[in-house]
Amino acid sequence: MSAGLEVRGLNKAFGGLTVARDINLDLNPGDRKALIGPNGAGKSTFTNLITGILEPSSGSIRLDGRDIGRLSEAQRVKAGIAKTFQITNLFKSLTVRDNLRLPLLERRGLTGRPIRRADRDGGVEDEVESLLAQFRLSDLGDRTVQRLAYGQQRLVEMAMTLALKPRILILDEPAAGVPSSESPLIAEAIAGLPQDLAVLIIEHDMGLVFQVAQRIIVLVAGAILTEGRPEEIAADPRVRDLYLGAHHG
Amino acid sequence: MRRALPFAVMLVVAVAAYYAFPYNLAFLTRIVFTMILVLSLDLLLGVTGIDTLGQAALYGSGAYAAGLFAIHVWNDPLAGLAVGALAGATVAFVSGLFLLRAHGLTLLMLTIAVAEVLKELANKLDWITGGTDGLGGIQMGPVLGLWDFDFIGQTGYIYAVSVLFVVAAVLSVVTGSPFGLSLRGIKDSPARMRAIGTPVGRRKLAAYVLAGAVAGIAGALAAQSTALVSLSVYDFQLSAEAVLMLVLGGTGRLWGALIGTAVFMTVHEVAASVNPFNWLFVIGFLVLGVVYAAPRGLIGLPEELRQILRRLK
Amino acid sequence: MNLVLSIITDGVSFGMILFMISVGLSVTMGLMRVVNLAHGGFAMLGGAFTHWAMVRAGLPFLPAAALSLVVVVLLSLPMERVLYRPIYKMGELPQVLATIGITFLMIASVAYWQGSTLLPIKLPAAMQGSVDLGFRTLPTHRIYVMVAGMLVILGLFWLTERTRFGIRLRAAVDHPGTAACLGIDTSRIFAVTFALGAALAALGGILGAELLPIDAYYPLRYMVLFLTVVAVGGLGSITGSFVAALALGILDTAARYLFPDFGTIFFYGAMFVILGLRPQGLMGRV
Repeated sequence: MSAGLEVRGLNKAFGGLTVARDINLDLNPGDRKALIGPNGAGKSTFTNLITGILEPSSGSIRLDGRDIGRLSEAQRVKAGIAKTFQITNLFKSLTVRDNLRLPLLERRGLTGRPIRRADRDGGVEDEVESLLAQFRLSDLGDRTVQRLAYGQQRLVEMAMTLALKPRILILDEPAAGVPSSESPLIAEAIAGLPQDLAVLIIEHDMGLVFQVAQRIIVLVAGAILTEGRPEEIAADPRVRDLYLGAHHG
Repeated sequence: MRRALPFAVMLVVAVAAYYAFPYNLAFLTRIVFTMILVLSLDLLLGVTGIDTLGQAALYGSGAYAAGLFAIHVWNDPLAGLAVGALAGATVAFVSGLFLLRAHGLTLLMLTIAVAEVLKELANKLDWITGGTDGLGGIQMGPVLGLWDFDFIGQTGYIYAVSVLFVVAAVLSVVTGSPFGLSLRGIKDSPARMRAIGTPVGRRKLAAYVLAGAVAGIAGALAAQSTALVSLSVYDFQLSAEAVLMLVLGGTGRLWGALIGTAVFMTVHEVAASVNPFNWLFVIGFLVLGVVYAAPRGLIGLPEELRQILRRLK
Repeated sequence: MNLVLSIITDGVSFGMILFMISVGLSVTMGLMRVVNLAHGGFAMLGGAFTHWAMVRAGLPFLPAAALSLVVVVLLSLPMERVLYRPIYKMGELPQVLATIGITFLMIASVAYWQGSTLLPIKLPAAMQGSVDLGFRTLPTHRIYVMVAGMLVILGLFWLTERTRFGIRLRAAVDHPGTAACLGIDTSRIFAVTFALGAALAALGGILGAELLPIDAYYPLRYMVLFLTVVAVGGLGSITGSFVAALALGILDTAARYLFPDFGTIFFYGAMFVILGLRPQGLMGRV
């Protein structure tokens, strides 16, 4: 039994189409792993299996030794698994503060409370402000999200997910769509994540992956091709052919 | 302080209307209970993002329940409101279990179907409901045992306005609460709400039941004020007009519901008294004007004007 | 036995009328994602023009009906351009609102022009009376309606399966974004489809005037009926509309024959059950 996430022999098929094939993966506190692979390799399927949006055809997903493979999306969030969205999925018409309040209130089990104003809970407000400060969003707290620059929206996305106090954090293409001028903000935010958090980054931007990941897993056609340290992956000719070659071609 | 201001404005307008139109109190009362209906709709359409064209199902059930309760059990007005609220909430709960998984056109059609089925049911049960003749003979007792309903409708108006105040205050608290914030979150992105661990289906059902209770109160108040319940309380047209009033005023902010209702019904009354088809021209153009020129409704107009002015500068 | 036959002939012809009026609505809603509550208005306009052309201008039925179809098409094109195009990108609520507004304006215009009384359409002698089939007689009108309905669906299949326009139309319904990228002029497809749907609705309105009488309030009275066919059939599906229209037509007719006291409860009950089980409709995609 291990602390952290343990995925064994995970398979998923839609009809005759296998989109995840015998995937094994460990994610322990403090890990910074990256999952890369060409388009259609099954990265999104894999995250959906972990977060409970999809149900696996076979295989096990354990968190701290406990089987969570049958839990609903909401139950897995409570168990400590959270992910950011590839395409930002925020509450666009709400302010940044309200966007952070919602997960904080939910974590405390308060979103069913129909009395007392949502912005009057001392504990929540303290945490809102400290998250804003951590992601350098304090000045933008009262803006509606739709009026933020895209890079800033990605930060809100990350802050919201962090507000759930997850132990396993899946960052689904945290830099997707972010102009290169704003991408250092993202790298900085990832570097500033709590040390004991287990982080899995799914990303196309190789610069960012090599900057933040300790280990890289390469996924091709639903199966793991190889796993290793960044320099090993960079030197692997198969990865060059299959992924980097395709990426630049 | 800022939250009390709209209530103060409401009070001033209600008192002014009372003295300005002493012989139109029945019409003013009708505006007031329609406002409550449109408020209940705003909780669904504007706050939670549940589209519906079947609010009449909840309203009508409240009306029949309150009417029957007054005739057969007890004619106390406040007890009648409670019964109406319970009836609206029950219909909302039962139908909501089926409805709320649907979206878009399907959801709209299901909400319409609920109201139509209830209408046919009320028609079939004519030995209870009076069928097409309507449920007559409703004689309300005094409000709080003190004030009798009078012929000109003074008590009725003050009573209805008081109920409106209480409903608006409750909804104002609820929409500002964590629960209300979670409903707004569901409107913006149900997927994200699920991802932060909120049971979206249960929250939507709770919102639907609350809206059902409020719509039921509106129906009960209508039954008490007009002393009649007819099959038209379940009309599709009523649901559709409630949506028009809400979007006309502006969704999601409660006060838009009040403004939209007042404007719509006043325009209706004035234009229809000239010529009934006149009224359809007027409302048709009014509605198109709002959609194309003021998408946030009348309540959003000041802000839109401000933005235009800012651009001019 | 006679009763069953009556239910089937009346139900099928009612279903054909529902199909003609609703199919355009289904395709435009599938294509443009617009909730168009005013679609029944085109059926009414077709009927009202035919009434006017026959009574006021003294035209015989066929030229009057043909002229009405042309007029409805000519009206629908600028309406699509001016009134509908701005709302394609809006949410459902503004669409509901705008198209109810359009419905009100249609009602008010027809009432202003023709009054709010019934606008009957007198069928030519050839369509009246009944035909003896040997084992029983059938009203001629029903036969015309069924033949017209079959021709419409065959024509639509030919159009969507065999023509360049049809291929583009299907592409635009299935993958709107991709279709636009491939250089398909979606806005022209929208306009043509809209006009075609309006013309079919007008045809249904004219032929169906015996079953759904024409007056100014027609679009409001039958709004839910047409929307039900679309929702039950599944958005954007011609076959779905056909199946749903026939099924609902037969169901409603059977209920009227067998349980006249229960009104429309079977109709709405069936809609509720079908949509409760299959929210995307019979033939709709998830």
